[in-house]
Amino acid sequence: MQALWLSVRLAASAAAILLLIGIPIAYWLARTKWRGKFLLESVVALPLVLPPTVLGFFLLVAMGANGPIGKLWVALFGHTLAFTFLGLVVASVLYSLPFAVQPLVAAFESVDTRLLDAAAVLGAGRWRTFREIILPLSVPGVITAAVLSFTHTLGEFGVVLMVGGNIPGITRTVSIDIYDHVQSLEYGAADRLAIALLLISFAVLSTIYAVNRRVWIPWPVKRGE
Amino acid sequence: MQNAGATLSTRVRFKRPLRHQASFELDVDFQVGPGITILFGASGAGKSTLLDCIAGLLKPRDARITLGQKTLQDSTAGIFLSPQERNIAYLFQAPALFPHMTVEQNAGYGLARAAGPERRAAVFYLLELFRVAHLARRKPGEISGGEAQRVALARALAPFPRAVLLDEPLKGLDAELKSSVVNDLRAWNRVNRLPILYVTHQRDEVDALGERVIALDHGRVVSEGVPHTVLNAPRTKRLARVAGFENYLTVAVQELREADGIMRARLTGSGAELELPLGYAAVGDRVIVAIRAGDILLATLRPTGLSARNILEGTIDSVEVRGATVVCRVNAGAMFLVHVTPGALRALEIAAGKRVWLVIKTHSCQLVEE
Repeated sequence: MQALWLSVRLAASAAAILLLIGIPIAYWLARTKWRGKFLLESVVALPLVLPPTVLGFFLLVAMGANGPIGKLWVALFGHTLAFTFLGLVVASVLYSLPFAVQPLVAAFESVDTRLLDAAAVLGAGRWRTFREIILPLSVPGVITAAVLSFTHTLGEFGVVLMVGGNIPGITRTVSIDIYDHVQSLEYGAADRLAIALLLISFAVLSTIYAVNRRVWIPWPVKRGE
Repeated sequence: MQNAGATLSTRVRFKRPLRHQASFELDVDFQVGPGITILFGASGAGKSTLLDCIAGLLKPRDARITLGQKTLQDSTAGIFLSPQERNIAYLFQAPALFPHMTVEQNAGYGLARAAGPERRAAVFYLLELFRVAHLARRKPGEISGGEAQRVALARALAPFPRAVLLDEPLKGLDAELKSSVVNDLRAWNRVNRLPILYVTHQRDEVDALGERVIALDHGRVVSEGVPHTVLNAPRTKRLARVAGFENYLTVAVQELREADGIMRARLTGSGAELELPLGYAAVGDRVIVAIRAGDILLATLRPTGLSARNILEGTIDSVEVRGATVVCRVNAGAMFLVHVTPGALRALEIAAGKRVWLVIKTHSCQLVEE
């Protein structure tokens, strides 16, 4: 149960951070007319197609004692970022980035531009328009982003194994715990955890789809010309 | 009111390469004084684009737009005020109300800086003026399209604008509601004396509203003046269509009589000749003549002793009753549409196959460009 609680804490932290950084990125992607925006879109979508072990490997190298981030971290705090809970949070944020950004982009883009024009001629600046028009009209997208990044992080395995290792209470998440149990042929314990994870994921997703009524497809929504 | 009577002066050259259509070009220069000026033209003439430029939602590369003493854009001096800084009311074709706010919150959106009681007073004054105050607590999804458009009008006018842009604001309203909104808008502007630029392609709105009309076609001002003049002398075929000309005849110029101010031309594909007002044409040129169906008289006997110079013989092809108007298709060398009243239809016993004469005054013939 320690592992399950750790996973929930990890997923909640990652989802919260993803909303904070995902909203500005998504707003920029939804509004920019920059031609090179496809580059950032591709970077954001990479974790969807990259094997988690590949992503985890890069992160491990970067966070390790000899990696650029790792060195900086050691200099600042005296230990590496790898094999810590914080390291897992950083890795999860990157791993689940598309699951936060893409529904947000879709939601921001679906706000009628004539509403934004109306706000502009009525004197509202960008920030006020975003806060009072775009964000309230994108609430379903924000909820979808939060839930998807939470559930996606909850079930991650490869990235966590690479970056976090298997330290009980610190980096041993539920999926790793299940794997451990199976390796040591403790099928009963694995079964209980697997069912708990399944139920949590199903409960969260069904809540969101019931509230939202809008099914999101994990690829960028095609924009009208 | 602040700065009442300012003039909106607009010179815009704008070229937009459209990816899927032919490129669109706007090249206009005009002034709008206090009062309602109609911007008239077929759809696609560039009216909405022009309003977007004036409001600052589009940034034309070459433009000088001033409102009273205030320069809104001057491309040579590198000045471009954002829409937020222009203080221009702009009502789009769709109401574009914020769906998550009440009618009252919508109408007060442009008055964010005003104190609560002041804002409430200004908002309710306008909501009452446009007869939607009783809907103040409703959301846009709970009111009708006509009501939404009136709320949008109140919202646009609330922040004490210095000029007003209206893009077909009465689209979709029934006739009675239209005239009440127009009267309310007029009453509002008697106090405020702002320049109002009113876009429409509805002829009845031009007749009802206009003190002045600017006709726009293919991105250019093609005529300007009082409604009567502009509507009766359209310069292009597209504009003639929206101005209510039903007949377009291609004729070949036969003879110019400059002393009489007329020319004679032959209908292509038949021997019938027409006398037309003198225009920029040479003998042998093919020109298009626009004639309103209501400007053609129908006779069942060959008329004599008339001042009208064009009398064409033909036969009725078909008759269709559309409310108070009867549309007759008459084959007289070319197919003509002629409007008569139901009374005339009965008195003359007009029916398909009947022999008739069309009587057309020279000055009912309007030369238009393709």
